[in-house]
Amino acid sequence: MIHVKNLVKTFGNFTAVDDVSFEVAPGEIFAFLGPNGAGKTTTIKMLTTLLQPTSGAIELDGLNPRIHQNEARKRFGIVFQDPSLDGDLTAWENMEIHGVLYHVPYKLRHHRAEELLKLFELWERRNEQVKKFSGGMKRRLEIARGFLHTPKILFLDEPTLGLDPQSRNQLWNHVRRVNESEGVTVFLTTHYMDEADRVAHRIGIIDHGKLVAQGTPTEIKEQAGAATLEDAFLTLTGSTIRDESAGSADMMRQFAKMWSGGRR
Amino acid sequence: MSAIYILWLRELKRYVRSRAQMVASLGQPLLYLLALGFGLGPVFQRAGYGSYIQLLAPGVIGMTVLFSSIFSGLGLLWDRQFGFLKETLVAPVPRLHIMIGRTLGGATVAVIQGMLVFIISFIAGFRPANWLLVPVAVAFMVAIAVVFAALGVAIGSSIQDMQGFQLIMNFLVMPIFFLSGALFPLAGHGIVLTVITRLDPLSYGVDGIRTVLLSSSQFEPAFAVSTSAIVLGAVGSVLLVIGAWRFSKIEI
Repeated sequence: MIHVKNLVKTFGNFTAVDDVSFEVAPGEIFAFLGPNGAGKTTTIKMLTTLLQPTSGAIELDGLNPRIHQNEARKRFGIVFQDPSLDGDLTAWENMEIHGVLYHVPYKLRHHRAEELLKLFELWERRNEQVKKFSGGMKRRLEIARGFLHTPKILFLDEPTLGLDPQSRNQLWNHVRRVNESEGVTVFLTTHYMDEADRVAHRIGIIDHGKLVAQGTPTEIKEQAGAATLEDAFLTLTGSTIRDESAGSADMMRQFAKMWSGGRR
Repeated sequence: MSAIYILWLRELKRYVRSRAQMVASLGQPLLYLLALGFGLGPVFQRAGYGSYIQLLAPGVIGMTVLFSSIFSGLGLLWDRQFGFLKETLVAPVPRLHIMIGRTLGGATVAVIQGMLVFIISFIAGFRPANWLLVPVAVAFMVAIAVVFAALGVAIGSSIQDMQGFQLIMNFLVMPIFFLSGALFPLAGHGIVLTVITRLDPLSYGVDGIRTVLLSSSQFEPAFAVSTSAIVLGAVGSVLLVIGAWRFSKIEI
């Protein structure tokens, strides 16, 4: 379903993704793991047409997202790592815009939006502006929105960041459900190794832009000679802490907070 | 089509909900009408040009539409920083539709703002010579709005964050406003100012609004109405193409 061959992305003289190749079979749940700044999000951006690769080939369901952008976009859905909601609109309106953009028919999208908002316990507050939501609620709404249409491939970029155990549980149950009943291929990243171990069929570990290991959770553990995935991960990627510099987006948010009196 | 509609609707909803912004953006035109209209009015009258508020009101309406539409285009930067832009960019909808929806939404908001300022000017003493021609004036507001909303999208797609914002404000938006003849009659200037004002698309919009709203004794048009309409149409089309092209190239 996803073919990636010799994928490279450089920003100036920094190589974010360095000669990465992997394949994800139809109906598979693939976890893409790595420390901060390893190149996970950059890879997802290239897979989802938000960034052009420097070199290498990508195929999504047999399509090159570089050439057939729109056709490729019809194949996937994505839950982003950082916020992508419109704070001035209500939860319901955010769902509605998503449904319209993804061509979900009127009746179906209302039915599913109701179902999903109830599942993620946002139904009572559907008519409130999203900027009034807490961080966890916003996150739940992003996830509910990602499930509004049924794509062939679902990208989840650290979906559980900032979620309580209850919501996490709901999320993974739902991911398994769409994977089993509708055959959706799932490509996810997470920092919680136990989640990856439980949910993923196969795992790829990336560090400093390079894919350092690939296989089923058991294979990875055997390869690293470790008892748990967490230990295997640490063995493979080392135990130094990575820094990520604050991007302009973060600075911008600070600035906006200052000016709008915390409105957003 | 439905994507264009839903994004147009989004701009409108955001506008209606941000009352503070609505009031704030009406404050500036009001200040211009009061300070300049009433402050310079007597001097203008003594110089033999008649009522200054009659000349100024269409200029301030043009200014309001300019600011409102260009800022709506630059709103792209906010959407980029707050992430909503990503949501629209990965959707299976041609980027052209997304750009058109945003631009039309921004333009609609700008025209509403322009009409509100029209009402305020009326309260301040502005009187159109012929009420039947008011719809033509509104058509000119629409043209101004589309031109500058498209320009805003083109710029918003090309810069990464708000650091360039002040630069654009000082070296693009303010000159477009001040050099359009929004505050003074376009006739009787030296060659330099004449050339500059003719290069400014807003000049044609303001002149068009004045021509249809003022009587011939009050105002002598610098351009024929048809010329203004053609210039705005041509500039608008070019900017829409550039805006759409820049928007299609956005990477996040």
